[in-house]
Amino acid sequence: METQKLNIVEAINLALKQEMERDPSVIIFGEDVGKDGGVFRVTDKLQDQFGEERVFDSPLGESGIAGMAIGLSIYGFKPVVEVQFDGFYMQMFDQMIQNAARMRNRSRGRYTCPFVVRVPSGGGIKALEHHSESIETYVAHTPGLKVVYPSTPYDAKGLLLAAIRDPDPVIFMEPKRLYRAIKQEVPLEDYIIPIGQANVLQEGTDLTIIAWGAMVREAQKAIADTQANPATAQLSIELIDLRTISPMDEATILASVNKTGRLIIVQEANKTFGPGAEIAALVAEKALYSLKCPIQRVAAPDVTVPYLKAENWYLPDAFQIQQAIAAAMI
Amino acid sequence: MTDIFQQFDPLKGTRLQIMGEDGGILNETAALRPAELTDEAIQKAYEKMLFMKMADQKANNLQRTGRMGTYASIRGQEAIQVAAGLTMNRDDWLIPAFRELGIMWMHGVPMENIYVYWMGNELGSLPPPGVNCLPIAIAIASQAVHAVGIGMGMKKKKETKVAVTFFGDGATSEGDFHEALNCAGVFKANTVFICQNNHWAISVPRSHQTAAPTLAQKAIAYGIPGIQVDGNDLLAMHVAISTALARARAGLGATLIEAYTYRLGDHTTSDDAKKYRDPAEVEPWKIRDPVLRLQKYLAAHTNPQTQQPLWSQAYEDELTARYEKEIETIVEKAQAVAYNPTDIFDYTYAELTPRLAQQRADMTTRIEIQQPQQ
Repeated sequence: METQKLNIVEAINLALKQEMERDPSVIIFGEDVGKDGGVFRVTDKLQDQFGEERVFDSPLGESGIAGMAIGLSIYGFKPVVEVQFDGFYMQMFDQMIQNAARMRNRSRGRYTCPFVVRVPSGGGIKALEHHSESIETYVAHTPGLKVVYPSTPYDAKGLLLAAIRDPDPVIFMEPKRLYRAIKQEVPLEDYIIPIGQANVLQEGTDLTIIAWGAMVREAQKAIADTQANPATAQLSIELIDLRTISPMDEATILASVNKTGRLIIVQEANKTFGPGAEIAALVAEKALYSLKCPIQRVAAPDVTVPYLKAENWYLPDAFQIQQAIAAAMI
Repeated sequence: MTDIFQQFDPLKGTRLQIMGEDGGILNETAALRPAELTDEAIQKAYEKMLFMKMADQKANNLQRTGRMGTYASIRGQEAIQVAAGLTMNRDDWLIPAFRELGIMWMHGVPMENIYVYWMGNELGSLPPPGVNCLPIAIAIASQAVHAVGIGMGMKKKKETKVAVTFFGDGATSEGDFHEALNCAGVFKANTVFICQNNHWAISVPRSHQTAAPTLAQKAIAYGIPGIQVDGNDLLAMHVAISTALARARAGLGATLIEAYTYRLGDHTTSDDAKKYRDPAEVEPWKIRDPVLRLQKYLAAHTNPQTQQPLWSQAYEDELTARYEKEIETIVEKAQAVAYNPTDIFDYTYAELTPRLAQQRADMTTRIEIQQPQQ
C-alpha cells in the first residue's frame, strides 16, 4: 500500500482532491476557498485543478453558504463547504438546524441534504474572538446532523471521505491547532473510516480516558507524563479517540468502562451540557455498577472563550488530565 | 442646501469627490467644501491622520515582533476615519467593526486601550467613562443591527444623538447588513452606516460580493438615502458624514455612505495578499493615498501669517519624531497593563453562579501550581 507522510491540512486536501476526481457531483465553496485556498490552505490549488465551476468563493455570508448547500444537495450535488472559523458557524446555525437537519424528516425522505460543513475548530493558535471555539455541543444536540472530529491525518482523510459519501449532513470539525502539528503516513488509496466508530488508541485495564479533536494530544501527553513517573508508571490506561461525536459509539465506551471501572472524559468545549455530560450519563445508565470511582470531566470552564492572553488557562491541558488521573487512582 | 443624495445618485454612477488626486479642489464641487474645513483645519486633520497612520504601523510592527496578536490595518482608509472623528459629537455612539483604529481613537478611546485589545486582553474593550464605543465586532455585519437598536433608542428618547457604525464591503453580503438597513428605514433610526469599501474581503474582490455596480445603491431598496463617496478624500467624506449626521439629528432617519477606498495592506497580519491580488492593481491606489493627497494640498497652500507652505518635509519630520515618542510611551503603558486570568469568570453574569465560583476557585489553585512552571 502506497503511503505519504502528511499533516492534517494535506490529508484533507488529498481527500478532497481524490473525491472530486472520483465523483463529479462534489463541489467546494465558502469564503476564500478558491484562489486563496482557504485561510488555512486546506483547499489549496483545488480551484486550479477543478476550475471555478466546482471550486469557488462565495460572497461573505455563512447563512447563505449553508442555505445554498442545502439547495445544491437537494438538487444532486455534494457540496463540501467551509465555514472559515468555528465562531462563524453561528451565522449558519439557523439554516443547519431549521433546514439541513430536518429536510429528510420534513419531506419523509423525498428531499435530503448530503453535504459536509468543514469547520476549522478550537483554540490554541492565539487568534481573535470567534476564532477559537469548539462547537461540538451546539451541533451534536441537533437531531439530523452528524458530527465528526478527527485528531490525526489518517483519520481526517478517512472520515472526510465517509462524510462526503454519507447520505446526511455532516459537521466535520478540524482541530486547527493540530493542522500542522503532526505528520503521519496516510494511504494514497481510497479508504473510509466509518462514522460512528471510536478508536481505541491505547489499551489498558485501570482507567479509561475518552477524548476527541485536539484533546487527544493532551491526553497522550498526560499519559506519557504519567508513565514517565516511576510512582505511576505501572498504571494501565486505555485511551479512546471518540472520532465521531454524533452518533456516538456506545459499544466501545461501555466495553472500556466495564473493563477499567474508571473514566475521565476530556472535552475542549465548555463543561456544562457538553458531550462529556452525555457520555457520563450513558455510563451511569448502562455501566454504573462497574464504576470504581466517580466519573471525571476535564473541560473548559463555563465562560466565553477568552482573548489570547488567557487562552492557555482556559483550554484543558495535560496538567489537568494528570490531576484527574491522580484523583481517579486514589 | 444642495441635496447631495440627488446630486450624487448612486444609480447614476456618480461619486462625491471634492479634492482630486493631485490635492487640488475640483471646480464642479468646490462649493460643497465645508466652511469649517479651513486650510488650518485641514492641517490639523492631517496631523490626526499622520498620527493614526503611525499608530497603525506600530501595531503591525508589534505583531511582527510578537508583542501583539493578529492585527487588521487601516492603511489607506485614514481619511474616512478622520472625517468621522471631526464630524461626530462626543455623545454620539460609535459601533465599530475591527478595522477602525483611527475612528475609535478620535472618538475618545485611548490608543492604549486599542493596543491592549489587540494584545489579547478584553480590558481594551472597556472605554473610559463618557466615551460611547461598543467593543470591536469580529463577526461580520453583526454590529450594524446593534447600531440600529441604539439609533432607535435615541429616537424613542427624542434625542439628537446618532449611532454611527462601520463595516467593510464584505459585510454587505451578510444577512445582518440587510436586516439593519431595512429596520433602520422602517423605524427611521438615528443611525449612520459607513461602509468602508476597501475592495477586498480577505481574498474576495468587491466585484464578487454583489452584482450591483455600487454598494450605496443598496440603501435605495430599503427606503433610505445612499451615496458613494471618494473615501480617500477628507473633504468629501466630511460633507457626506456631516450631512448624514444632520439628517439623523433632525429625525429624518438613517443614511448609508459607501466610502470608496482601498486596502493598501493585507487583510490582517495573518494574511498574505500576494497569494491572490495582482500587485499592479495596488499601484494606482498608492497615488490616491489619502495621506499623500492631503500632503499635496497642504504643500500647495500657505499659512497667511508666515506665508510658509502648510506642509514641508521639515514639518513632517518634526511631527514624525514627536509622534514616535508619544506612541512609544503608549506601547509601554499598554504592555504594562496587568492581566488576571480569573477575570474571565467575572463578567459572565452580573453575579457568579455557584458553579462558576467553584471553577474560578479551581483555576486560582491551578494558577498557583502551574504559573511558576510557565
